[in-house]
Amino acid sequence: MNALSQTSTIVKYSQVKKSYGDLEVIKGIDLSIAPGEKVALIGPSGSGKTTLGRMLMTLEEPTGGTIQVDGQLLWHEEKNGRFVRAGEKHLHRMRERIGMVFQHFNLFPHMNVLDNVASAPRKVLKLHKREAKERAEAMLAKVGLADKIDVYPSQLSGGQKQRVAIARALVMNPKVMVFDEVTSALDPELVGEVLEVIKDIARQGDMAMMLITHEMDFARDVADRVVFGADGRIVEEGPPKEIFENPKSDRLQSFLGRFR
Amino acid sequence: MWDWDYAWSILPELAASFGTAFSAMAWGFAMACMGGLILVAAGRSRLAVLRLPARGLVQFIRNTPLLVQLFFLYYSLPMAIGIAPSAFVTGVVGLGLHYSTYMSEVYRAGIEGVPKGQWEAAKALNYNGRQTWFTIILPQALPPMIPVMGNYLIVIFKDTPILSAITLVETLLTAKNLTSVSFRFFEPYTLVGVLFLIICVIFSFLLRRIEVRFNRHHLGSKQGASRSFGRRKHERTQPNVDNREVFPG
Repeated sequence: MNALSQTSTIVKYSQVKKSYGDLEVIKGIDLSIAPGEKVALIGPSGSGKTTLGRMLMTLEEPTGGTIQVDGQLLWHEEKNGRFVRAGEKHLHRMRERIGMVFQHFNLFPHMNVLDNVASAPRKVLKLHKREAKERAEAMLAKVGLADKIDVYPSQLSGGQKQRVAIARALVMNPKVMVFDEVTSALDPELVGEVLEVIKDIARQGDMAMMLITHEMDFARDVADRVVFGADGRIVEEGPPKEIFENPKSDRLQSFLGRFR
Repeated sequence: MWDWDYAWSILPELAASFGTAFSAMAWGFAMACMGGLILVAAGRSRLAVLRLPARGLVQFIRNTPLLVQLFFLYYSLPMAIGIAPSAFVTGVVGLGLHYSTYMSEVYRAGIEGVPKGQWEAAKALNYNGRQTWFTIILPQALPPMIPVMGNYLIVIFKDTPILSAITLVETLLTAKNLTSVSFRFFEPYTLVGVLFLIICVIFSFLLRRIEVRFNRHHLGSKQGASRSFGRRKHERTQPNVDNREVFPG
């Protein structure tokens, strides 16, 4: 467990398991993500994709195995030469490197768009008020919402809300970001604008991305690698071309068959 | 039956007696707000030594009558501990303790009314515990609490006559003392009722203005949901208000 520092990975799941009571939803996952790599997680509902992302964001604790982020264990810390369950302080330090965009946006309804994005840089990164504002404005411009900074989230469309949420996560400058089914709660006509924004970020950024998605075309366009999971295990993984054009396992073939 | 001259003559004394009722209400409410905060914090604690006594106390206080609690605090407790606070102090403590258990419930519901996703977003942005509470959770939990807390303020105000049972000379006991001099019962008690009615109506009006002001900004869709929670809560506490209209003493 001590030889952790592998610079070629930003995220490394090793034999990660997760159970809720008797129900095991993640049954031993090994998955590495390289710095800047864009990995799409596809698979049927209930295959554990979202849980995988939530464990990386420290929203759910694995019941087995380890996750390393940037060469350090996420859920464990060393105390007196032994690895023990990580305390809040360790998790807080680790979270600096991780960001997440949620299916249901989870914008702060009591803050306007600018404050939604500028609040964390100010409070968490302790930036000066003006600098936080400038960064937030730049980020909102990047997602095409420079004209909405004074508006409250309730006055935005779903697509606009999700773009604010993306700006809010991006402004913290994480090394890896989880996109958890970010278009699943959107009306079909609003999906495109959000995916365009993500594609844009993927093209210019050196940030690693974990894209949990049901949008196969999007996964094919953006991802460097596609991971297909089912029933809590990884069934098949490879470059998008391989996965979509030459699926090997029966599970993946029948899964993709539903999208044609 | 009704003597206007007598009614007018006792009105100033009755009106003045509301000073005691108001300060009992204010102190009792302040104590209930603080006590409720302590109870909800202890009740949500991970430590069983805090959580279980807090929940036990809430159950105990809620399931015994206020009047019995006041009698215990005023007549029994001083015998056990050897100090006898004044009727006013005892009454304030009794009201405060009693309503702190209800207030803790208001806080709990308000906090739980904030969607889980807000906690998760705060965590994803790496807010620490204190920042999460003060920047994200409380600003959303408080506005829907305001009308419910205001409601309890009125309830506490209407409970102040109960303190006459432990010899606090507030409005009702003032009226009773008047009747024992004049042997006229109709005017004093009617006036007390009418005065309470007028004051409570004014209170309600002011509260609604505060509520509107608090909710004017940031009415998100989630906020709307918690506002309907506020209204539900209001309705639920209403029967409580009515039950207490009859003074048993």
